[in-house]
Amino acid sequence: MEKFTLKLPSPAASQEIKSSGICGVVSSGNLEILVESTSNKESCTVVVNTSAHGFRDIWEAVLHDFALRHSAGGLGFTINDAGATPAVVSLRLDQAFEICCDEAK
Amino acid sequence: MTAADSSPKSWNRLECSRAERLLRAQSISRGRLVPPDKIVQLLEAVIEPGDRVCIEGNNQKQADFLARSLVKTDPSRLRDLHLVQSVLALPEHIDLIERGQVSRIDFSFSGPQAARLARLVENNKITIGAIHTYLELFARYFVDLTPRVALIAAQAADHEGNLYTGPNTEDSPAIVEATAFKGGIVIAQVNQIVDKLPRVDIPADWVNFVVKAPTPHYIEPLFTRDPAQITEIQVLMGMIAIKGLYAEYGITRLNHGIGFDTAAIELLLPTYAADLGLKGKICTHWALNPHPTLIPAIEAGFVQSVHSFGSEVGMERYTAARPDIFFVGADGSMRSNRAFSQAAGHYACDLFIGSTLQIDLQGNSSTATKGRIAGFGGAPNMGADARGRRHASPAWLRAGREGRGNIAMPRGQKLVVQTVETFREHMHPTFVERLDAWELAETANMELPPVMIYGEDMTHIITEEGIANLLLCRTPEEREQAIRGVAGYTPVGMARDARMVENLRDRGIIRRPEDLGIRKRDATRDLLAARSIRDLVHASGGLYEPPKQFRNW
Repeated sequence: MEKFTLKLPSPAASQEIKSSGICGVVSSGNLEILVESTSNKESCTVVVNTSAHGFRDIWEAVLHDFALRHSAGGLGFTINDAGATPAVVSLRLDQAFEICCDEAK
Repeated sequence: MTAADSSPKSWNRLECSRAERLLRAQSISRGRLVPPDKIVQLLEAVIEPGDRVCIEGNNQKQADFLARSLVKTDPSRLRDLHLVQSVLALPEHIDLIERGQVSRIDFSFSGPQAARLARLVENNKITIGAIHTYLELFARYFVDLTPRVALIAAQAADHEGNLYTGPNTEDSPAIVEATAFKGGIVIAQVNQIVDKLPRVDIPADWVNFVVKAPTPHYIEPLFTRDPAQITEIQVLMGMIAIKGLYAEYGITRLNHGIGFDTAAIELLLPTYAADLGLKGKICTHWALNPHPTLIPAIEAGFVQSVHSFGSEVGMERYTAARPDIFFVGADGSMRSNRAFSQAAGHYACDLFIGSTLQIDLQGNSSTATKGRIAGFGGAPNMGADARGRRHASPAWLRAGREGRGNIAMPRGQKLVVQTVETFREHMHPTFVERLDAWELAETANMELPPVMIYGEDMTHIITEEGIANLLLCRTPEEREQAIRGVAGYTPVGMARDARMVENLRDRGIIRRPEDLGIRKRDATRDLLAARSIRDLVHASGGLYEPPKQFRNW
């Protein structure tokens, strides 16, 4: 297991999503993502628990691009990974983000 | 006249040799029908050292009894053989090499035996003439690699020796025609001997011997993909292919490679493509094996015609019940033909889409990896521009305009597409600076690195990041950045020039899912017209009978 936390600058999520607690979960096969709201609206926090070692560079690049792509400030993501490819991680993050924002509408 | 010419010339040495061999065989088997326990002796009688021998074995049906029998022959008598055959698939094919009976091979594909073959080549136990495409090897059967003895497989024979191949005709006509008409000997293993055949696929006077095999010949269900294993990324890439390529170019005639990526596309036709109003506008005519995953599209009325290289285990009743779609004989069973279907895929299709293991920065793609000599099969013919093509179609002309610019002479181009996830399993990057094929070529002393599809033929790459249209690239630098631009988080992708990639995106050379109006959140397995093998059986109205290993109920 490898575990690390990244804090990435990202514009504040535009919708007033649920003030606390879990606002979204996506999972299948080898990846699970939980989304919660946090008090820091200027950045998004991501906790990564992964079974694969030695891919931190790739994780950082994937998550950096995600934070650029979306207004995810104020959201906290917990990722439990059992060997998903970057493609799956990106797709699931996008899906988790869209679910949270849609439910806030 | 010189002295050497004074002796009378003989013009029928092949025929005489055949007569001598048949005479030797007479002491073993009086008639055409050989008792199974005499087959080893018969092979020893008709095969001579140095002969070119074809053991029919493509990627589907296998002359497995004859292959097992050949391994039982005396290595001191049958030696120095030159195998000329589509596929080295059975352990016995490699056993023959290990027993020292084979000194040279010319073939197309060796998937299941790739690792053993690589070891034998490295240890100088065997010389590979070349790794061909199917069509290329068949072509050489009629030029310089004509078999002296062909060992083939058929479903049934009658007492005269006529053969019925059933839906799995595959390579048989090409092999037998070359052998029988050039002084060779044809031996067929059959599952049954019957009084009357449903139809004659190979006429008796092209066949010298028939043996009833103790067990039916093996057929590999190579083209069955369980929809349950299709991932959401493959659904996303399928949506990109349909909306960004098939709809865009109006692709009606095409070939799909084997794999889950293309199975996903097939299963999206009756759902996603139909919702886009594409029924009747795309994917109407195919050169394709009877893929079970095509059943829902056929049932939805998407498909008008399918010609097949071979058959697929379990699809026999379904194809027979859909004679408007498949090529079916008067007897009611399908007929396949690998040579004709390969020609169809090469000349009569506007698009090929398949998957690969590695793509380099020039767009060359290869399935060769270190320690494995796997070969190509048909992909290089499907995945190459047909330079002899002389008929136009809107898709072909548009690709030609995009690729060649405004040249004086109008000319089209085939669309050759690779659809790949940027990382394969175990985080192996699909995009690489240098193909493993180079290293394999060095260790195996090959004159050519085994490249499946050359960069100059590749027109589009689809990944989870979108489409790279290589036709529109005007310089090698643009091409390289277009490839890097869809290479995701692989080292090749991370080394992209971000500004240049954005520029390519502005020009439509790279198109992201969002540029195509595809919402990633829609990419779920719910879009698949069948999500399990059982769904496919249901869609076929119970006509599809999946092999045991694909049943979980």
